Amino acid sequence: MNAAAFIVIAIFTLSGALAAACLRKLIHAALCLVVAFVGLAAFYFLLGAEFVGLVQVFVYVGAVAVLIVFTILLTRREDEETSGFNWAGVFVALVVFAGLVWTIWKTPSVSVGASAIEALTVKRIGEVLMTNYVWPLQCVGLLLTAALIGALVLVMEEKQ
Amino acid sequence: MTPTLQFCLVISAALFSIGLLAALSRKHAIFILIGIELMLAAANLNFIAFWRFGPQSPNPTGVMVAIFSIAIAAAEAAVGLALVIAVYRHYRTTDVRRFNQLKG
Repeated sequence: MNAAAFIVIAIFTLSGALAAACLRKLIHAALCLVVAFVGLAAFYFLLGAEFVGLVQVFVYVGAVAVLIVFTILLTRREDEETSGFNWAGVFVALVVFAGLVWTIWKTPSVSVGASAIEALTVKRIGEVLMTNYVWPLQCVGLLLTAALIGALVLVMEEKQ
Repeated sequence: MTPTLQFCLVISAALFSIGLLAALSRKHAIFILIGIELMLAAANLNFIAFWRFGPQSPNPTGVMVAIFSIAIAAAEAAVGLALVIAVYRHYRTTDVRRFNQLKG
């Protein structure tokens, strides 16, 4: 794995995510979220999971980001104060980050390098999806249908 | 220097903390949803990293879990944003400090 590409993608992703969390304007934050998701897709490509990277781009950049932008435009008020910031949340996030990093550096078994693996083809993913994971696949299909109907019911206009 | 599993986990932890920061410290409902999406994405990165650096197995379990997790995150985003729109219709705001009663 290329170290330079790893560092560049890491900086790209983390700065996009930090901008999405901290920017004042909601629409700017949504666009920075897209940057962070593209960086994550690049990470998946770098780690050898090309199919997951493509799914990430299709689902997150193509669907979720557009959904977020639509919601922002539907619920926008010009006079609204969106810059409120709770510093206790910053403290909690920093403590959680410090704890996680301390745990990761203290665990010797995770300091392993990447071994050579055979490329994971889409054909293999399809085979596994249709044999070992066929019940989870059906359940996810059911869940997506339920979520779609639930979202429609939630946003339907109430009849007086 | 080649990247090891540790570096992937540290980046994933940073992404999770940024998501937590957004979910805990912002007062806008959509920012909270963005934070939750970032935390889910950090979990996905962990799955892929452990699949890549772990011992080889015939079944690509980490990749499968990541794909299912992306599907569930999409469902969560759809329902969450629908909730934001429904609540906005009622309160005419998306500031979570004003959502202080269950009965409309």
